[in-house]
Order: sequence, then C-alpha cells, then structure tokens
Amino acid sequence: MSETVIHTEKLSKRFGDFVAVDALSFSVRGGEIFGFLGANGAGKTTAIRMLTGLLAPTSGSATVAGFDLYTSSEQIKRNIGYMSQRFSLYDDLTVRENIRFFAGIYGLSGKVIKEKTSSLLETLGLVEVADARLASLPLGWKQKLAFSVAILHEPKIVFLDEPTGGVDPVTRRRFWDMIYEASERGLTIFVTTHYMDEAEYCDRLCIMVNGRAAVLDTPEAMKRHYGAESMNEVFLHLARGKQAE
Amino acid sequence: MKEALLAEGVGKRFGAVNALQDITFAVGEGELFGIIGADGAGKTTLFRILTTLLLPDEGSAEVLGLDVERSWREIRRRIGYMPGRFSLYPDLSVEENLRFFATVFGTTVEKNYELIREIYSQLEPFKTRRAGKLSGGMKQKLALSCALVHRPALLFLDEPTTGVDAVSRSEFWQMLRRLKEQGITILVSTPYMDEAGLCDRIAFMQEGGVLAIDSPAGITALFGKQLFAIRHTQTWQLITALRSSPNASSVYAFGSAVHYTDKRSALRADELLADLQAKGFEGAEVRQIEPGIEDTFMALMEKRTEAAHE
Repeated sequence: MSETVIHTEKLSKRFGDFVAVDALSFSVRGGEIFGFLGANGAGKTTAIRMLTGLLAPTSGSATVAGFDLYTSSEQIKRNIGYMSQRFSLYDDLTVRENIRFFAGIYGLSGKVIKEKTSSLLETLGLVEVADARLASLPLGWKQKLAFSVAILHEPKIVFLDEPTGGVDPVTRRRFWDMIYEASERGLTIFVTTHYMDEAEYCDRLCIMVNGRAAVLDTPEAMKRHYGAESMNEVFLHLARGKQAE
Repeated sequence: MKEALLAEGVGKRFGAVNALQDITFAVGEGELFGIIGADGAGKTTLFRILTTLLLPDEGSAEVLGLDVERSWREIRRRIGYMPGRFSLYPDLSVEENLRFFATVFGTTVEKNYELIREIYSQLEPFKTRRAGKLSGGMKQKLALSCALVHRPALLFLDEPTTGVDAVSRSEFWQMLRRLKEQGITILVSTPYMDEAGLCDRIAFMQEGGVLAIDSPAGITALFGKQLFAIRHTQTWQLITALRSSPNASSVYAFGSAVHYTDKRSALRADELLADLQAKGFEGAEVRQIEPGIEDTFMALMEKRTEAAHE
C-alpha cells in the first residue's frame, strides 16, 4: 500500500449562509489518477482552492503532500504542481523563457534550471523551437510543455483543472498519454474534466453534488452500482435535478 | 430545400495566420447545423463573418438570401447571435437585459414571449438579480433568451456549451431541438463531439478548413475501416502493447475501451483476441463496432496531417 498524498476529513467551506463544500472526506494514494467531477457550482473549484492552499477551510482537516492545510499552506504550494486550461504558460515568452520562469518561481537553483531545461527540451523534442515564442507553437506542444513545467520541481502531486477543455480529440488523448506515463512513474494526478470519457481513464472518481461527495469509487464500480453503460449515464443520473441554482 | 445560409470560398487572414481557407457550405431553412472543431479551428472567425461583424478577404456569403457585405444592416435585424463569451450587461438585471435587447430590435418581450417562455420561465424567479451575479447555466439561458427576443429567422450560437457540465449541456440541446421545431434555423458551434450527433448536419473544421460536411450517419460512413473496441483491466498497458504492434494503424483510448484499427483487412475479432492473449492480456474483450463521430473526426484529422507531411 503506497503512501497517502491527500487526506481530508469533513473538510468544509462556508461563504456566509452558503455551504460551498460540505464535510468532504477522502484519501488519494501515491501514483493514483483521481478524477474530481461535478456539475458547475457543485463545489469543485472551492475544494481545489482549499487543497492547493489558496483558501482557508471553515472546518474539518486535511493534509496534502504531507503538510497540514491550516498550518503549512505555503509548503503545500511549493510541493504541488498545478495546471489549468486558462492559466498555464506565457504566450509572449519563448519556450526556454517559460521553463526558466516557472523553475525560478519554484525556487530551483540556476544550475538545476539549466540541466532541467536541456533535458526537458530534449525529451519533448523542442530543441529546435526553444527560442521561438510560445504563441507560434501548435496547441498539442504547448499542452505537453505546460504539463512538464507544472511538474518540473518534482512534486508528489499535480492538480489538473480542466486541462483539456476545447482541445481536439487527438490532442486530448495525447495529453492523457502523458498523464498515464507520469502516473506510472509514481506521480499522483488530481484531475477535473467535463469530458465523461476522460472520467473512465481515472483510477478512482469523486462526484460532487451540492458541495458533498455523492459517490467515491472506481468508474467500474460506479457503473455497476447504477447499472449504467458509461460514466456519462452515471453523471447524469447523479447530478440531474439536484442542482440548486 | 431553400437555403438560409450560403458560404462560397470564404477566406480570412490575420497577418501571417490563415484563419479560414475556402469555406464552402450551405444551411437549409429549418436545419440544425453544427460546426464541430477544437479551439483555434476557425469557428469564431467564421461566425463573425456570417453575422456581418468581420469582412471576408476572399469569397462571399449570403445569410437569408442577403449578401453579408452589402446587406449587413438588414441581416443584423433578422438574425440572433449568442457569442462565445458572455456579453450581456452584468450591471443590468435579468429583466432589464431582456427588455434592452427587445427595445434595440424594435419589439417587446411580450410580443415574442411564446418563443422564449420555456427558457425564460426558469429565470423569472431571479428576474431582479443582476446578470453578472448569475450562475454559468443561468447566464447561458439569459443569453439565449436575449438572442431570441426579436424572433430571428436564423440563430447563431458560438460554443454555447463550452465549459458547461454534462447535465446543463444535455438540457441546452433539448432546448435547441424545440426551437428548431418552431421553424428557427440554427447554426451552432461546439468542441464536443458527442453534441455533433444531435445536429441534422455537421461540418468538421480543423485549422481553418472544412474536413467534411454531412449528416451524422453520412460522416461516420466516411470512416471506411474495421474498428474494434478492446477492453482489459490494464488499459494503459493494453494501449502501449497495441501501439508497439507492427500491424496497428490507430490506437485511441475511448472511455473504458481502446478503439483500434489494424493495417490488415477482413480481420476477425477472435484473431485479435488470440494475439492479445498470446501477449499476456488474459481476460481481454474484443468486439468489432460501428465507428462514431469522434472516431471519424480523428481519422480525418490524421489523414489531413499525413497528407500535409507528404
């Protein structure tokens, strides 16, 4: 049994009278691909903001990458990776500058940055375009780079917030190839998505409904439990009619 | 069928970027027509040209029988447009936004209420709330109501469901079907392949060009190869093994299965299964299946990429 990378107990967040996250309890093991799903407004973003140390919980407890959410949120930020569809890299910087910038933010030394940059350019096949502005690169390359940069400081866990929104189906699958490979190397992946086929690629899933974890299980077990053919059916079954706008 | 929209050889450049090349298609009156493509495929540029907000560099287009360059004023009166980005007034209330758009088009909410009743009635309990304070799903419903309030003959919806969860997406498409029943022609763009099957006809766009135009059934008929769905508990190991096989043509993860095409023709599922069992994939399942829209889109994309490299 590998180590626990995220552990939460009754983690909650209130905004005034509104309970955005209500007693969320779950654990994520090292190397696991953990999918975090829910309708818009179900509390996903609030939960992720707490787990990444950006928002203090109202009650409950949690540790992420071995650090306590209340007392060590700065250490958490340093020991996790984060990538979203909106915020990833700077279009106006070159490939090399982007790598250097993010490596610097994570406090890597000049020597390490130099080594990491050349090995990363090599592995991703980006040596030729190292000094080209990011904006000139195809989307698939940008995504690979964004993911690699998010885990450059070798975190235990990476949070991917809708990493594939608006991406073509081939690029989307190449991105998941990278996720699988990283997970095989032991990296823990915490991922949100609106694509239900991607939910099937996860080892385990948590589906949030109205701030609560409605179900937490493997995709297979969920489909069996609800007698559903696909995760899409499971999701529609759980989330439909339960939304409070 | 009479045409509600006709584009002929439409092209648009932005500096060195060839945003659209030689786009030709027609949409029939009353049709629900989908433009399917990823970010950067050119969908929004095409919508902006067809809604008279941008001039094409090449080619021409007619909307409701009117030329987009000469008759832009008349076209704007007769179409509804819901842009991809939320573009209502966040400081006005739900009701004020709706009345504002009705007034701009010289009509009243009451006059066309029947058309928007089903959508707008869900918003009425919140009609005094500022639009900027609405949830994503409600903003989307208000934007659709505002685009419909003057009873347009043709409705343009640019990625109305992007970033929207699966439940709201399915509800939104039910609304579109009912608008179609009321005789409104709809041109809708989306990056979601599963929504393509809900359109009467679709155009696949990739890098500013059209890969194919047809009905969903016509599109999948273009696949033209045997497709197999393979399942095994170790999905990633299965994908890796299939890719390393010299006979593999395409290997893609597809939900809980892997979709596979082979270089050999007239292959049987049990032959593939025997291969896999020999490689240690005990308990694997292999079935020949009908290709879906996403399978076909990917096959057409790969074909185009190969052609570009030859």
